Amino acid sequence: MFWDKDIETIDRPSLEKLQFEKLQKALSAAASTSFYQKVFEEHSVNINNIKTLEHLKDLPFTTKQDLRVSYPDGMVPVSRSQIVRMHASSGTTGKSTVIFYTQKDIDDWANLVARCMVATGTNRDDVFQNMMGYGLFTGGLGLHYGAERLGCMVIPASSGNTLKQIQLMQDFETTVIHITPSYALHLVEVINEQGIDPHQMLVSKAYLGAEPYSEATRLKIENQFGIDAYNSYGMSEMNGPGVAFECTYKNGMHLWEDFYIIEIIDPDTGEVLAPGEEGELVLTHLNREAMPIIRYRTRDLTRIIPDQCECGRTHYRIDRIKGRTDDMLIVSGVNVFPSQIETVLMSFPEVGNNYQIVLEREDNLDRMHVKVELYSKMFHGEIKELEQLKARLRESLRALITINPRIELMEPGSLPPSMGKAKRVFDNRSI
Amino acid sequence: MPYQVSVFAENKPGKIERITSVLNENEINIRAITIADSGDYGIIKLLLDRPEEGCDLLKEKGIAATLKEIVAVKIEDKPGGLYHIASLLRENNINVDDAYGFMVKSHEESVFVFQVDNIQGAEKILKDAGFTTLRDKELYLL
Repeated sequence: MFWDKDIETIDRPSLEKLQFEKLQKALSAAASTSFYQKVFEEHSVNINNIKTLEHLKDLPFTTKQDLRVSYPDGMVPVSRSQIVRMHASSGTTGKSTVIFYTQKDIDDWANLVARCMVATGTNRDDVFQNMMGYGLFTGGLGLHYGAERLGCMVIPASSGNTLKQIQLMQDFETTVIHITPSYALHLVEVINEQGIDPHQMLVSKAYLGAEPYSEATRLKIENQFGIDAYNSYGMSEMNGPGVAFECTYKNGMHLWEDFYIIEIIDPDTGEVLAPGEEGELVLTHLNREAMPIIRYRTRDLTRIIPDQCECGRTHYRIDRIKGRTDDMLIVSGVNVFPSQIETVLMSFPEVGNNYQIVLEREDNLDRMHVKVELYSKMFHGEIKELEQLKARLRESLRALITINPRIELMEPGSLPPSMGKAKRVFDNRSI
Repeated sequence: MPYQVSVFAENKPGKIERITSVLNENEINIRAITIADSGDYGIIKLLLDRPEEGCDLLKEKGIAATLKEIVAVKIEDKPGGLYHIASLLRENNINVDDAYGFMVKSHEESVFVFQVDNIQGAEKILKDAGFTTLRDKELYLL
């Protein structure tokens, strides 16, 4: 089954020709933005010298920091009136990185997601329950529009409220769900607790995304649910979900090369590696009017699977994401940088300079514990005051990173000092 | 005004030992102790014979400690002793935040210690009703 067979099975020379045509367009659009104008000038880049795809490696990388620097719209070549949507992801300093879309960008994105869903065998007769968070996060709306484009009935359930999710699944005979792997494990547990046999439910597929997980976790979800689980990859900088997706062969994710140019680089030297070698994924968005992004460093480690997939799609597959090249944490599908947490903690005069972030998995759900030292001089001997402090810390963190952490107040001097390379993050989750 | 020393402590073994060892080394006597527990941490409240000194010594050891003003009132050590004070506080709409008591002389005299928002107000009401509130020296040297 294909959504757009011609493009999905295009031969490589034709694909590369198409990529180059689109790259030239994307580059000239980028060059008209204040951000890339400056960057190209600084790196003495003349886009007219980019005469083949090979020359792409002569262009500078774009980083998350660049997105922050160009906040809010330094990378936008179109007028505000052409923009119909924005999404945002969290940033290290509290400032979000914002992505914009024109109507065409939204349509293209929906088509790309529909392409992913069809590759797994989903069709218009399916009932799609979307258990990813709606809002600034792209995970919810991204799949929502794609599933509607495909013609599924969409249940925009969003995340959480497990009993309601189960009721919706039963009442509307859900066949496909979109969910984080950790929530999938929790969901199946609650289904069992309710005395329902998950194997008797009509759900047959799960799209798993937004956080890293192992093959063992996939198999666990598949066996416990009696379904097929598919790996999904995306990030808001490249639209959101739908960048790469597994087909029914479940052997790597097809990355849609008519929309993106894939490069794998050595994260230390920036040198482009040969197909098959493991390194950092760098993506160039070829298809976004409102925000062309050139050579974006995703910080995700993976490799290209260069051989042709049995499904007939010619687009390269990427392997399961192996890890990150930075300290970003993914907690319940939300991207969190320790520095964000530090910024919040340090804005409280009541807490000392040392802290620890402990991540655990309880009942298959991610839990974040933030341990902070009480600052002696701000201690007034009142439990009430300390409880209020905990509540204020929790709320400030929740407001910024959308995760409700558990705050633990510690005695002054009980945590290792911040000098040198103190280990601040303890990720005790096993994936 | 009398003071108690309030100490922040994680809810872990050895915390009371650490605090009392500082007091022991400096021959500071504990007249009463109570712990308000809040799950992973608690506040240890100490009535000491030398509270200012004890508090400073604890702070020097890096322990979060603070002096907290309290009301200490003598009550008769017999049934109903606390009831009369409790009634008086209720009549005057005074809310007790935190309290403990200790016996000074069996069947004769006890002390009821509590925290309130308005300490002077509470002491005046108690005194006007004929109760004896203890000044700092009186309490510490009991």
